[in-house]
Amino acid sequence: MKWGVVTFPGSNDDRDALYCLETVLGQHAVSLWHKDRDLKGVEAVVLPGGFSYGDYLRCGAIARFSPVMQSIIEFAAAGGPVIGICNGFQSLCEAGLLPGALVRNHSLSFICEWVRIKVETTRTAFTRACHKGDILRIPIKHGEGCYAADESTLKMLEDQDQIVFRYVNEAGEVIEAANPNGALHNIAGVTNARGNVVGLMPHPEHAVESLLGGEDGRKLFCSVFAR
Amino acid sequence: MLAKVYVTPKKAILDPQGKAIVHSLHALDYAEVTDVRMGKYLEVRLQGLSRQQAEQRVEEMCRRLLANLVIEDFRFEVVED
Repeated sequence: MKWGVVTFPGSNDDRDALYCLETVLGQHAVSLWHKDRDLKGVEAVVLPGGFSYGDYLRCGAIARFSPVMQSIIEFAAAGGPVIGICNGFQSLCEAGLLPGALVRNHSLSFICEWVRIKVETTRTAFTRACHKGDILRIPIKHGEGCYAADESTLKMLEDQDQIVFRYVNEAGEVIEAANPNGALHNIAGVTNARGNVVGLMPHPEHAVESLLGGEDGRKLFCSVFAR
Repeated sequence: MLAKVYVTPKKAILDPQGKAIVHSLHALDYAEVTDVRMGKYLEVRLQGLSRQQAEQRVEEMCRRLLANLVIEDFRFEVVED
């Protein structure tokens, strides 16, 4: 399967995503430059982590208007699978492809640690190889990862099964102590109504080799190509 | 012309920076402080527009880019430069 990984000025996990897809998972992956309108015929898109455009104004706010994002918005509207990781998640929210927004961690600190997230739905392009209730161990590293949305949006997310991942403890319980950044309802990742666009703060591309601490992140990518 | 744009976190959104500033002010004995909300102030310089046009354009800029209406409110004033 052919994947595209976007590079904005300031992206810093684009190489990790390419390595994960090509070397670890044996996929065909190409780099998409932020000025490209041409998506090179890719069948799935990864918006990687980093600090696109220096996080100026708001995280993901400038990336949202880049030429490549206009093509990705069309690609997503046609049902193409798109995953936004960390800064990519922020950009998808800014672009209106996903509901809500990411704001400063409650602790005001940049957090870099392994967390546990529970799979809340398997109807998305990136979780259909999982089981509902699976607990994945995946690292986070962000300063602005606190998921925020108004009450009506939250209700819509719950009603339409759009919450994909929540931060949990070892026992899989959704509790405040397991919430690293103050995210509403412990939300770590959401999807659009159709389930083809997924955004999450944890980094699955950093959890694909046991040597580096775990392989749980593979499931998200494998969901797209393993039928 | 100059547009002075103020972007602030919505009331419903917790503002941890504002809270940290409150704590710091209390530590400096400003016990009268009950709340701080921290936002952004932008100066947008414009040319070739009437005041009415400028206000319309700045409103649009705020909605499209300068503020994220999911989490922020904005207000602005247009003044002669």
